[in-house]
Amino acid sequence: MAYLEVRDVHKTHVSPRGASHVLGGASLALEDGEFVAIVGYSGSGKTTLISLIAGLIRPDHGEIVLDGALVAGPGPERGIVFQQYSLLPWMTVRENVALAVDAVDAGQPAAARGRRTEELIALVNLSAAIGKRPSELSGGMRQRVAVARGLAMRPKVLLMDEPFSALDALTRATLQDELLRIWNEQRSTVILVTNDVDEAILLADRIYPMTPGPGAVLGAPIEVGLPRPRERRHMSLAPAYQKARREIVEFLRGCRRVGA
Amino acid sequence: MTSTRLSKVLLPLLGLALVLLVWTALSQTVATDLPSPAKTWAESRRYVLEPFFKDGEMNQGILRLAFYSLVRVGKGYLLALAIGTPVGFLLGLSRPFRETFDPIIQFLRPISPLAWLPLGLVIFRQSEPAAVFTIALCAMWPTVINTAMGVSSISPDYLNVGRVLKLSRWKMLTKIIVPASLPYVFTGYRLSLGLAWLVIVAAEMLTGTPGVGGFLWQEYNSLVYSHIILSVLTIGAIGFVLDRLMSVVEARFKAA
Repeated sequence: MAYLEVRDVHKTHVSPRGASHVLGGASLALEDGEFVAIVGYSGSGKTTLISLIAGLIRPDHGEIVLDGALVAGPGPERGIVFQQYSLLPWMTVRENVALAVDAVDAGQPAAARGRRTEELIALVNLSAAIGKRPSELSGGMRQRVAVARGLAMRPKVLLMDEPFSALDALTRATLQDELLRIWNEQRSTVILVTNDVDEAILLADRIYPMTPGPGAVLGAPIEVGLPRPRERRHMSLAPAYQKARREIVEFLRGCRRVGA
Repeated sequence: MTSTRLSKVLLPLLGLALVLLVWTALSQTVATDLPSPAKTWAESRRYVLEPFFKDGEMNQGILRLAFYSLVRVGKGYLLALAIGTPVGFLLGLSRPFRETFDPIIQFLRPISPLAWLPLGLVIFRQSEPAAVFTIALCAMWPTVINTAMGVSSISPDYLNVGRVLKLSRWKMLTKIIVPASLPYVFTGYRLSLGLAWLVIVAAEMLTGTPGVGGFLWQEYNSLVYSHIILSVLTIGAIGFVLDRLMSVVEARFKAA
C-alpha cells in the first residue's frame, strides 16, 4: 500500500441553491518523500480534493488513508498551505508561525520552540520581517509565511492549494524557486494543487491531471522525467519537459472537448 | 486657502451661524418663551465659566453635573459590556443558545428606557441602582448583536487553521475567535456608549438625581429655560466627545 492513498472519493456539495456533484471517484497514490502535483482547470474540484485529504470535509463515498491510518478529520500531520488570506492578521509573522510550532511541539521547552520558529522563518527568507503583521507584507511574503507555517506542522504530507495563484508572475517564479530549494533540503512529501502546468512540471515528480467537473476524476499520472536538482533556466528546452507538457495539455484539452 | 480647508473650516462655521440666526429669529417671533442665544449665554455663563462650583444639590457648575452623569453612565455602560459581551459570544458560538435566546432578545431590544425605569425602581426601590439598571439594559443590545455578528462572520479560513492545528477550545477562543471578532465587538461598544448616554437624560429626569438630565428637568420646572438649552448643548458636546474617543479606540482595533 502506498504512503498516501485516495481511493474512489466522491463528493457532492449541497447548498440552498441545489446540489453540485464535484468529485466523481478521484483516486491517487503517493510515496513517502514524493512531490506530486494535481493540475486542472479552475473550478474543477481541486480545492475540494485537497480539503478532503486535509480532513476539513468528509467524502460521501471512498476513503483516504495516510501511513496506514484512515483520515477522519483535520490534523497537523496533513499540514496545509491555503490559497490566500489564511494568515491571522492580528498576529505578527513570528506569532503566526509560533502558533503552529507551539501546537505541534507542545512537549518541547519554550526556548526550543522559539528557536524552531526562527529557523523556519529564516528558511523562507523572512527573518527581517519577523515582527511585522500580514497587512505590512507583500502577497509573496505572506505566502512564504504560510509555507513556513505549513512546514512548522511537521506534516507527513504537506498540502498546497494553489499557493502562488494570487501572485504576479515574477513573484510566483521566485517562490517556485524557493519551494524547489526548500524541498531539496527537506524532502517532504508534498501534494501541490495548481492550474499552472509549468509550475507543476518544474516542481513535481508526478502529475495527476484532473478532468473538469462536474464529477471530476483524476487521469493516469504523468511522470516528469527531469533530473533533480532542477533549474528553471534550462528546463523548457529539455525533451522530458516538452513531453510532460504535451501529455498534460492533451489530456486537459481532450477532457474540455468532451466536457463542454 | 485651498478649497478643502475652506469647506472644512468655513462651512461648519457658516452652518453654526445659520442655526444661531434661526434660533434668534424663532425666539423673537413665534416661540417668545424660548431664550435667545444672547440671553442663554448671559444666564448660563457662570455655569460654564466656573464649571465646578457647587451651591446646592441641584445648583452646580455644568461640568460637575456632567461628571455625576458620566459616572452613572460609566457604571451602567460597564455593566452592559460585562453582560453583553459574553452573551454576544455565546449567541455567535452556540446554536442551541442562539435558538433559545434570540427571540427573547429581539423582543426586549426595542423597549424604551422610559419603560424599564419604573420597573427598575420597583426592583431596587432606589433611584441610583434603578438608573444604572436602565442604562445597562438599554445600552447592551448593540454589544450583544455586534459581538454575535462578529463571531458568526469569522472567515472559515481562520477557523480551518485552528482545526488543522487541533487547537484546544480555549486556544481556539483566545487565539482565533476573540481577536477575529474584536473589530465588530468594538463597533458594538461604541454604539452601546452612544445609547448609554442617550438613556442618562431620561433616567435622571424620571428619578430627579443630580446630573445634567436631572438639572435639565429641574430648571424646566423652575422656568429657567435658558438652562434647558445649556443642558441640551452640554449633553450634545459630551456625546460627541465620547463618540470620537470610541472611534479612535475602534480604529486601532480595525487596523490590527
